[in-house]
Amino acid sequence: MVATSPITTQTDNPLQDGRKRAMLLAALYIAQEQFGWLSEEAIQRVAERLNLTVGQVKSTASFYTMFKLQPQGKYRIQVCEGLSCYLVGGAEPIINYIAEKLGIQPGETTPDGKFTLEVVQCLAACGTAPAVKVNDELYENMTFSAIDQLLERLQQEN
Amino acid sequence: MESPVQPQPNPLTIPSYTDLPFYRKQVRIALRNCGIINPERIEEYIERGGYLALAKAVTEMTPDEVIGVMKDSKLRGRGGAGFVTGIKWEFARRSPAKPKYVICNADEGDPGAFMDRSILEGDPHSVIEGMAIAAYAIGSEEGYIYCRAEYPLAIAHLKIAIQQAREFGFLGKNIFGTNFSFDLYIKEGAGAFVCGEETALMASIEGRRGEPRPRPPFPAVSGLWNKPSNVNNVKSYAMTPQIILNGAEWFASIGTESSPGTAIFALTGKINHTGLIEVPMGTTLREIIYDIGGGIPGGKQFKAVQTGGPLGGCLPAEALDTPVDFDSLVQAGATMGSGGMIVVDEDTCMVEFAKYFLTFASAESCGKCVPCRIGGRRLLEVLTRIGNGEGKPEDLDEIEYISRNMKEASLCALGQLTPGPVMASLRFFRSEYEAHIYDKKCPAKVCRGLITYKVIEENCTGCMVCKRNCPAGAISGEKRQVHYIDPNICERCGICIEVCKFDAIMIE
Repeated sequence: MVATSPITTQTDNPLQDGRKRAMLLAALYIAQEQFGWLSEEAIQRVAERLNLTVGQVKSTASFYTMFKLQPQGKYRIQVCEGLSCYLVGGAEPIINYIAEKLGIQPGETTPDGKFTLEVVQCLAACGTAPAVKVNDELYENMTFSAIDQLLERLQQEN
Repeated sequence: MESPVQPQPNPLTIPSYTDLPFYRKQVRIALRNCGIINPERIEEYIERGGYLALAKAVTEMTPDEVIGVMKDSKLRGRGGAGFVTGIKWEFARRSPAKPKYVICNADEGDPGAFMDRSILEGDPHSVIEGMAIAAYAIGSEEGYIYCRAEYPLAIAHLKIAIQQAREFGFLGKNIFGTNFSFDLYIKEGAGAFVCGEETALMASIEGRRGEPRPRPPFPAVSGLWNKPSNVNNVKSYAMTPQIILNGAEWFASIGTESSPGTAIFALTGKINHTGLIEVPMGTTLREIIYDIGGGIPGGKQFKAVQTGGPLGGCLPAEALDTPVDFDSLVQAGATMGSGGMIVVDEDTCMVEFAKYFLTFASAESCGKCVPCRIGGRRLLEVLTRIGNGEGKPEDLDEIEYISRNMKEASLCALGQLTPGPVMASLRFFRSEYEAHIYDKKCPAKVCRGLITYKVIEENCTGCMVCKRNCPAGAISGEKRQVHYIDPNICERCGICIEVCKFDAIMIE
């Protein structure tokens, strides 16, 4: 018989601790969805829930581009700058076009908090490039007039 | 009653799927169900022979026999490195520590590649079945699919598929009434390209920064939570059930001796038919680009094809008869990678093309090791300089020097392969680099620092369309007068050429 150890704390069981830490990315996504972005408060709460330090959470969150450490607009417009988009005349012209229409630069949010413009890497829609994604919705074969329509529709939605 | 009208061949008849040139040369193993079944219904997957391979493996074969079949099939990992899958499984099986993990690398991040997305969206059960077979072979009870968060539909279909597989008893406890139990979970990435590197991927599953670590120890010995882990690509798992069902000889009979089976490419760029193709290994680039892809649009000349994504390399027209397989592509100067195939025509500047990939790869460097973090940055500076017309004669040596160091000293494949596209374009298109440096000319007329937009006086009608559309306000001229583009204000965006109806603007 193996004697059972008198006290089993969490740090005595690295696998158990590891499982908790493995929830971090998922927890950050949930927090981001609730708060709209990862504010100090959101990070604090995630850290408390998972028994991590704020530093551990921040260091991990800041590594990944999909975790937002600044407030985001309601619609995150993500323009693909992948090569296939670029080759069919997308990427830069589309980014510039939207930037001019919304009056913001990539990475910025409109003052009304409605739109954030982001330049992203390949959206894996290369066969139907140029591609633009708004939040989780993918728009393919984009043209300037398709962007006009898209922005107009989003403007009218609450 | 017989119809008095005899059936006539109708010119408007929709041609059969297999008669279309795009599909005629294809052999679909990993993509066999994509677009044919409803991925949200497990019944349709089963109807196409789904989960039969898993049943065969766990009820009729020992784990060693499964590994034997995989080794005999000589399936090489479709993630890019091309390591024999069966041998990898054997390493994981022989590792004494427990528990063991089966991991699917679905962090497809290469620009120009979308085959993993299509398989996960169109046939998620094939991946689940392949992973379950791998789990049985190596002795694992728990698996993870690490999927790019940029693929919400793939994740949604996977979730449905896993749930259905559990309900049908293909996942969970005592699968097919045996002692074998296995369950599967999805881990979403968060937008870091480097997480496609297996040690970084496992760090990310553990909820840490996705930074690679040196190998050995390899994941088969010490992987996720320091336990033996088997990491394969989506395509490798998707091919596994077919190999178990049809046998190693069948698989080995397709493709070439050293690279059996099929290769999946995402055909994109300046090509008539874009899309996913699956062809036997050994098919030549020419067959893929001209017979399947329908050649280059607009009567333009083929210039180069980039295989292996941002960490691969480009091949020139002289290499069009290269058969695509792991070894031939490397020998020719490119790589298989995960299967992006980007075709460019004469209008592409190879310096800018290489710069594009380098910008991508250096931005995605995780920063852990110096050769990758700083080497990529320095290399980009040199290429930017050349593109701006400020290149120096010694720059070409500088490129080779930095590239060699990155290749030899970087921690993971990202850093080691970042110089790949630059080296390949320098090897095959050296004269273009030299034209930028010595003649201050961009032969493809792309690099903004080396071109000027000019009005062709004979053609200009003074319609003012270009003037109105110029975002920089660089164009002046009165109505019905020849216009003028101020090169000091002009941003070389090309909008004026697009809007001019009289072909009155040229690039010099």
